[in-house]
Amino acid sequence: MSIEAQTLHRETFILNLGPQHPATHGVLRIKLTLDGEYIEDAEPVIGYGHRMHEKMGENRTYAKFLPNTGRMDYVAAMFNTHGYVCAVERLAGITVPERAEFIRVITAELNRVASHLLWVGAFLIDLGGFTPLLYTFDDREQILDLLEAVTGARLTFCYYRFGGVCNDIDDDFIAGTRKFIAHLRSRMPMYHALITKNIIFRRRCEGIGPISAENCRKYGATGPVIRGSGVAYDVRKAEPYSIYPRLDFNVPVYGQGDCMARYLVRMDEIVESLRIVEQALDRLPGGPVMAEKVPRILKPPKGDCYFNVESARGSFGVRVVSDGTDKAYRMKLRSPCFSNLSLFQECSRGMLLADALALLGTLDLVIPDIDR
Amino acid sequence: MSLSHEFIMGLVRLTLYVVGLIAFAAFNAAYLSLCERKVPAWFQLRYGPKEVGPFGLLQPVADGVKLLTKQLLVQKGSDVLLFKLAPVMVITPAIMCLAVIPFSETLGARNINLGLLAIFSFSAIHVLGTMLGGWASYNKYASIAAARVVAQNIAYEIPLLLVIVALVMVTRTFNLHEIVAQQAGAFWHWNIFRLQASPLMPLAFLIFFTCMLAESNRAPFDMIEAESELVAGAFTEYSGMGFGLFFIAEYANIVVGCSLATVLFLGGWHCPFGLLPGLHWFMIKMYVLCFAVIWVRWSFPRTQFYGLLNLSWKFLIPLAFVHLMLTAVMLKLA
Repeated sequence: MSIEAQTLHRETFILNLGPQHPATHGVLRIKLTLDGEYIEDAEPVIGYGHRMHEKMGENRTYAKFLPNTGRMDYVAAMFNTHGYVCAVERLAGITVPERAEFIRVITAELNRVASHLLWVGAFLIDLGGFTPLLYTFDDREQILDLLEAVTGARLTFCYYRFGGVCNDIDDDFIAGTRKFIAHLRSRMPMYHALITKNIIFRRRCEGIGPISAENCRKYGATGPVIRGSGVAYDVRKAEPYSIYPRLDFNVPVYGQGDCMARYLVRMDEIVESLRIVEQALDRLPGGPVMAEKVPRILKPPKGDCYFNVESARGSFGVRVVSDGTDKAYRMKLRSPCFSNLSLFQECSRGMLLADALALLGTLDLVIPDIDR
Repeated sequence: MSLSHEFIMGLVRLTLYVVGLIAFAAFNAAYLSLCERKVPAWFQLRYGPKEVGPFGLLQPVADGVKLLTKQLLVQKGSDVLLFKLAPVMVITPAIMCLAVIPFSETLGARNINLGLLAIFSFSAIHVLGTMLGGWASYNKYASIAAARVVAQNIAYEIPLLLVIVALVMVTRTFNLHEIVAQQAGAFWHWNIFRLQASPLMPLAFLIFFTCMLAESNRAPFDMIEAESELVAGAFTEYSGMGFGLFFIAEYANIVVGCSLATVLFLGGWHCPFGLLPGLHWFMIKMYVLCFAVIWVRWSFPRTQFYGLLNLSWKFLIPLAFVHLMLTAVMLKLA
């Protein structure tokens, strides 16, 4: 250390943000080195919610691991199950009936809307505005009611099975979903008036917490985070799966890379998801919802398979390596939140505490998804 | 004999007013806190508290009992004396301020010539109390909040006082009773509409109201509490009635601020249509303002800290200066 640096009296202190802190939405700990309120370093400390999901996937049968998938990203549980069943289906060579594929897309997109609605509310809480949360929860509740009627669960759905889905959707669900789509579309102007046009909200988001596309690539950030940085990467378009290639939808992209861009991406995605659901409902074919002759205890042939789905938070990937037995030899789960969080340390440097927490909020972290 | 009779009467009067003002502050704190839960409940399509008593009306009693039965924990390493003194230093000035407020023509504890000055002197103390409370807590979140509260209150005291100086120039008195008496008559006699004194008068009221929100640390300027950043800010380490006193002080400050706004700008106890002046008009105006305070809190997100300071230094202070200059010129010309 030079003499100048020694005599120049600078004081920093370490602040433990979490594991119990209102802004971390779970048991995430961030070790902040602060100079006044400016962040010198922010080191995320993870693992408080670690439950060894990957290892669990390796020492139980394929079907028994199914419920675990909904407990990683519990806010958007459909996508985890979707990625997992698709990976195993590809490995075992199971063809899914068309109606089941449609139902999967309908329920998954409804789940995406529910997840984004929850995020909008929670993000506004991070910014100190409490009221929007109760409005978004009111709308999210309707989705949960719809999904509850078909899946039997409200959060950890576990609805998809190898070869289809466990329950067919009925007319009530279809009518209810159409009603909900119209309802939420009529609510969107209200959200924009209440949140997007709010001057304090704009001040707190525009130009705050910029993330460059380069940083997104460096840390593997995906989902609304990378789309808010101007990269039109969406697994549904980049590596199409299920019936997505047959549906007409846009990928919202905003180039600014700030909190506002990520917020707008998610708001637009809600509208796009509603379009997807509407199209899928229009074209819903008849037929079975389960493939025939899927054995009770699945023993996929020897092989290695990686399957990627676009979850509400980004690219969720499952790698399953089978050695021909009823248990996976290796199960690797790539969670979007883990990669999205990892850019926080670099991007938050030099920011003020309150702004950094806004940035953290826009990453849309679900802590059990990071820890797995 | 007559002297001692007067002395006793004075003592009785004093006691009544002291008890009355403390009761008034505490009652308002209790029921404004209920409003703080009921009013946003309407905004947010829910019920709010409804179990304790009819319509949840006894909820504040339950809250009070809960706070009183909890221990005030003092953590190791904190400055015990300051830690325990801070809540008292916050609540006392708020109640003292109420002493000079004229609620109606005849109701008011003290009618002193420098009433306005007294209020600003007392209200400066609560900043010190909050700062000491945060600092004595020996908690990093509380320390950050303590630093914030000083910067925030200095920044907002300036436009507030500039507005007041302009108003005093117009009214030519520091006596609150006198200021209200000048506004007698229908609503166009109120100071907020005294456009012949300065055309910026309604704007001055808005500056005053904004600064009042910032001074009493209310959302969207609740930097020192900022629960999503600083957990509970300066009050993080407080429990039981220690926290309760800060809580009561917050609402007492709102009452003082809204009363002051009523007295200075909205004609105090005078009726908007020149009919039946009295205490009820004062109360209606004050509680409408209190409602506005709650309304703002539940509609807006929190500002950033530098956004808050920028608003004051770059916008409110220049504006208040312009208002002051304009008032001076208009007075000279008149």
